[in-house]
Amino acid sequence: MAETPLWEVFIRPRNGLAHKHVGSLHAADAVMALQAARDVYTRRGEGNSVWVVPSSAITASDPDHAGEMFEPTGDKIYRHPTFYDIPDEVGHM
Amino acid sequence: MYSQGLIGADGRTGETEAFLAAFQARIDAEEKIEPKDAMPEGYRRTLVRQIGQHAHSEIVGMLPEGNWITRAPSLKRKAALLAKVQDEGGHGLYLYSAAETLGVTRDEMTEELLAGKAKYSSIFNYPTLTWADIGTIGWLVDGAAIMNQIPLCRCSFGPYARAMIRICKEESFHQRQGYEIMLTLCRGTEAQKAMAQDALDRWWWPSLMMFGPHDAESSHTEQSMAWKIKRFSNDELRQKFIDATVPQADYLGLKVPDPAMRWDEALNGGKGGYRHGAIDWDEFWRVVKGEGVMNRDRIAARKKAWEDGAWVREAALAHAAKRAARKVAAE
Ligand SMILES: [Fe+2]
Ligand SMILES: [Fe+2]
Repeated sequence: MAETPLWEVFIRPRNGLAHKHVGSLHAADAVMALQAARDVYTRRGEGNSVWVVPSSAITASDPDHAGEMFEPTGDKIYRHPTFYDIPDEVGHM
Repeated sequence: MYSQGLIGADGRTGETEAFLAAFQARIDAEEKIEPKDAMPEGYRRTLVRQIGQHAHSEIVGMLPEGNWITRAPSLKRKAALLAKVQDEGGHGLYLYSAAETLGVTRDEMTEELLAGKAKYSSIFNYPTLTWADIGTIGWLVDGAAIMNQIPLCRCSFGPYARAMIRICKEESFHQRQGYEIMLTLCRGTEAQKAMAQDALDRWWWPSLMMFGPHDAESSHTEQSMAWKIKRFSNDELRQKFIDATVPQADYLGLKVPDPAMRWDEALNGGKGGYRHGAIDWDEFWRVVKGEGVMNRDRIAARKKAWEDGAWVREAALAHAAKRAARKVAAE
């Protein structure tokens, strides 16, 4: 028999915050995945909103290429406010 | 509920020196390792085994306590026990999903457990004979689990560490409800207090065995410590547990069943601690190898649950397919 599909679970702790990945679970479809996520991941008021996403639907960056992927931002120090000199007399900016 | 000092992991690994050194450097820098990162085969294998054993322990651990849900002495105790057993089921699920990130499937892990090939904590192969056993399990078995699990929250493998943080948040209630059961019994009649002492007599030594063999006999401790899967040795954790629980037993007016137990100024680097008597490791290995009182029962119960649930899994998939087809037709 086919294995029951895997889902990734995201929970928003309260309005105003983003949904955050909390783990995964197996369920036959999205409706059952939501119910299972409620039982498995929110037994103590962990949130007020749940997303479930089929694990197979996620495309992830390759950790082996993290260098090429993220390095280019490292040398662009002019993207940071501290790169610019503003005299103290100007006050907070 | 808890991971025993890991049993029978094979940390051998066949990568080049340079690869292993680079990996070790990441570990030494306290970097977390995530599922898709390059890692030594021995690291992956050790974790699959340890997380799997831990997950199985949570699931099998539901059985000895589940045995008492219908016979809990009050509605309050029943609600608490039901919630605790449900938590243990949840712990098993968090852990299975952490293991799955390493490429092993849930079905493979389930098959190993049902075939009797996978290990789980030896403690769950002891029977729960009286209500006081439920108090003792919460107090000592969950207490030992907490000692073991708190350092695992800092384990080098990200998904395992994150699952352990969730689990540790939930364990404190387990231990407190158990100790409260013991308190109630010990403040009750003579017969109730005797029942509490009897449960402590039976669970004390198996609880100490939960930390696994002595360091000198624990072959994989060194590699697991180097990889920061493990942060303290079996004996260090066992000593912490004893030092914490002996005064708790005193408070209850109970005696731990160890005539050799005594305060020793020299322990814990001169801070003092309780020195325990000899542990019966023959018993430990007998139980680990399948000859405990309840080993056969536990696996039989898991098999029955799996087989009895087969139609539910099939029906859920069939229902999902039907629902999907209906949705396509409607579009
Ligand atoms: Fe627990
Ligand atoms: Fe647990």
